[in-house]
Amino acid sequence: MTMDRREFLQTGAALAVATRLPVRLPQADASVKDLCMRALNAAKSAGASYADIRVGRSRNQSVSTREQQIINLSDNETFGFGVRVLVQGAWGFAASRDLTALEVDRVARLAVSQAKANRRALAQPVTLAPTPPVKDGRWRSPIEIDPFDITIEEKVTLLLRANAEALKVAGARFVNSSLSFVRDQRTFASTDDIFTVQDVYRCLPQLTVTAVDSARGGGGFETRNSAEAAPMGLGWEWVLKADLPGNAPRWAEEAVKKLTAKSVEPGRYDLILEPHHLFLTIHESIAHPTELDRALGLEANYAGTSFAAPPAQVLGKLRYGPAFMNIQGDRSQPGSLSACGWDDDGVAPEIYLIIKDGMMVDYQTTRDQVAWLTPLTGRTRSHGCSYAESWADVQFQRMPNVSLLPGERDLTLDDLIAATDNGIYIIGRGSYSIDQQRYNFQFGGQAFYEVKGGKITGMLKDVAYQARTPDFWNAMDMIGGRASYQMNGTFSDGKGQPGQSNAVSHGCPPARFKGINVLNTGRDRV
Amino acid sequence: MSDWDALSRAAARQLASRVLALSKAEGCQVNISASANGNTRYARNEVTTAGDTDNAAVTVTSRFGKRTASVGTNLLDDAGLSRAVETSERLARLAPENPELMPLLPAQVHPEVPAFSNATADLDAARRAEAVRAVTGAASRAGLVAAGLVHRVAGANAVANSAGLFGYHASTTAVHTVTVRSPDGTGSGWAGTAHNDWARATPAAQLATRAVRKAHATRGAAALEPGRYTVVLEPTAVGNLLGLLAFSLIARAADEGRSFFSKRGGGGDRGGGGVGGNKIGEKIVDERVTLVSDPQDPDLLTAPFTGEGLPVARTVWIENGVLKRLAYDRFWAEKQGVAPTPFGGGFRLQGTGSAATLDELIQTVDRGLLVTRFWYIRPVDQRTLLYTGITRDGVFLIERGEVSRAVRNFRFNESPVAMLNHLVAIGRPERVSSSESGDVGGQAVVVPPLVVRDFNFTSVSEAV
Repeated sequence: MTMDRREFLQTGAALAVATRLPVRLPQADASVKDLCMRALNAAKSAGASYADIRVGRSRNQSVSTREQQIINLSDNETFGFGVRVLVQGAWGFAASRDLTALEVDRVARLAVSQAKANRRALAQPVTLAPTPPVKDGRWRSPIEIDPFDITIEEKVTLLLRANAEALKVAGARFVNSSLSFVRDQRTFASTDDIFTVQDVYRCLPQLTVTAVDSARGGGGFETRNSAEAAPMGLGWEWVLKADLPGNAPRWAEEAVKKLTAKSVEPGRYDLILEPHHLFLTIHESIAHPTELDRALGLEANYAGTSFAAPPAQVLGKLRYGPAFMNIQGDRSQPGSLSACGWDDDGVAPEIYLIIKDGMMVDYQTTRDQVAWLTPLTGRTRSHGCSYAESWADVQFQRMPNVSLLPGERDLTLDDLIAATDNGIYIIGRGSYSIDQQRYNFQFGGQAFYEVKGGKITGMLKDVAYQARTPDFWNAMDMIGGRASYQMNGTFSDGKGQPGQSNAVSHGCPPARFKGINVLNTGRDRV
Repeated sequence: MSDWDALSRAAARQLASRVLALSKAEGCQVNISASANGNTRYARNEVTTAGDTDNAAVTVTSRFGKRTASVGTNLLDDAGLSRAVETSERLARLAPENPELMPLLPAQVHPEVPAFSNATADLDAARRAEAVRAVTGAASRAGLVAAGLVHRVAGANAVANSAGLFGYHASTTAVHTVTVRSPDGTGSGWAGTAHNDWARATPAAQLATRAVRKAHATRGAAALEPGRYTVVLEPTAVGNLLGLLAFSLIARAADEGRSFFSKRGGGGDRGGGGVGGNKIGEKIVDERVTLVSDPQDPDLLTAPFTGEGLPVARTVWIENGVLKRLAYDRFWAEKQGVAPTPFGGGFRLQGTGSAATLDELIQTVDRGLLVTRFWYIRPVDQRTLLYTGITRDGVFLIERGEVSRAVRNFRFNESPVAMLNHLVAIGRPERVSSSESGDVGGQAVVVPPLVVRDFNFTSVSEAV
């Protein structure tokens, strides 16, 4: 292959990369702060009215196994910085993996030239809500044991032990398991006199058992995953607590039991949804539609818009659910996935209600969105919902932890089951699909139990429920009390273009929903 | 463009050599990726955000016997590379043996794929903003609001190992996706394009015309009863469903008895040997359907090798309705005594005699629904490849060969296998943007519009 002009230029660039001097700067190092300030100054000199810089170092370790063997062991690190600027109300962003003085200058100027190019296609200039200065903010996830200090042998041993426990169950044929760990260090500085250094950890233990129906031949199989082992913003101590080896037999038994479980009769049932299932229903049908950028049409080309719009017709007017329904936004629940000290705008997140006494009263916001709502809410500060997946991505509005608060009565899951005549009790997250305005959804689960006369009477399979969001939440008639509240979450929630991933938790008690439409998804039945 | 940060073949080879020279392991593989990623987003008829990011990263995979581990980094100075090599060696020594680990591949011959386009690489912020203005201007003049993404990636991937293998592939991809809505939220239309070469992508003005027309036409859509309908699926809608079928074409899962492609009554895999068998040789869809991957197809142009350097050749998965191949990784292929067949090369779905345009297909339908695209598609039952999802940005009733009016969106519960079995007619294939996220992610897909009977819509969605 002959080398064309472009390839020749690439060669030059690559050789330059290869001979650059090493960059080994701890995140809190004074020289990193100096480079941050240099970027902000370069952006201002080039014409920016506002600038921020995020220096990010992210490490991601993953161990995967199947049955009694390892499949994959990988450990990836990425380092770089991104500069965001405002020029006459237009955003620009550029990023690079080389944190050097000259590159910082180049990237800052590139971000400004981006903003200038964008200004020509801008109708309404961006304004930023005020936020207090932070001189030298520090935050770290509340981990007890750093998962990167645990040896690979210990991680693999735990997984293979869990796999062995699952495979002891007669009928369990295959098992896959994995552990994923993230350490995400972020240094943020902005021209609004903010400088923060944060050290965020996340972990995800996972296991899936497959039972194959030998009697029915190939193609007859069922799976059960470790839905109750939540991803958390915690360390190795959480992996031990999730106890994959101790729980594996129960998950395996349910996978096997599903092979011969009764296929559900379609119809209307009262659904009892436990927290490791309900969290994702909250995520899809409450957390996403209450994102202000969706409501305003900013995500119309991919994630979609929202039925909870426009804000003027929704705030204080939309009855989302019953009077005992309260939905909280926060980034502070200990161990939650979106917990942090400051968001990617440099704002300390608030704890606030999105739905109060069943009425929608607020949205999720970032600094550049607040002005949209001020006339309606009187609020002048951001809730702190700015987030970028990494240094390479521009920050935008992402959901905080969005949680259903427990009821005042001290009810338990057993109380909900005992009060139900004709229902289905659903455990764990399954198949999830919802439309682009978050109206029509169809959700499945990991395990389903028939409830008759207040008792669990047997296992069901092929269950999915389909509903319209406002109807569904207004059909909620019982929730558990404080002791029944649990957190689960999603390790990778997609939004934005190009797509970015976010990790977020949702807490909730178990809840009951009256008369929900249940489909049979088994073969030849839909 | 002198600050472009991707790697040339020579530079990739040099970087790989530096890593391999540092290695003290029995075997070492190096994967290199470099990219310049540029995007401009818009909504409410104006630019919202934009970004340009350069990155380059190396993944080092060290092995000692059957022990192996991978470490990735984008710190490519001597210290960064040394640390990556040392860490991968330390982890590999600690890892248990992987009995399925295959030997490193020796030098391979990889086909040349001209996937790099200067027109795409040169799509900078100013040119992207021009494309944006072409859409926002048209939407604004029509009293509508546009949102969209112009996204391009230019870059290179390389693989090398201590057994003498080296592969290099430079490529570009550009995507422009557009959603135009009425200000009151009662109408929504979509158009999109994807190609390696921005010059061969659909021009912004044409996308705007299509999306504007649909945004107008979908206003006041009425609900139809859910049920089984004859549908005309636009190429994007076919592309949305095709990937679900294509990426299930995995031999091992089939042989293990946990796939739609497991042989019925085969008993599944009882002893880990894959004795259950699969459906290769069986007719699984309409005999007019052929599904091919080919990295050298001028409308697919994908990497000609896998992550371990195995060449990706033209692969016929389904021919005239009969399942011809499943994907075999190297371990499973050796165990089953067949040649390995990797995924790669995108997907082209074609039919015999497929020359009809979308409009010509519509004319053949007495009563049915025209579907622009599907969204939020998730698996419901892997035994039957049953999926659920939503129609979006334009569903229209067809009566006596003409589009008569817009109808509300539907939720479907349907299998791509059923879709290809209920085939009425096949149109002319084209490259589409079929990724759910509307960016450059996802496979290159070339698909025709289809007429399909008995498509299963299970409920109506109020969403616009």
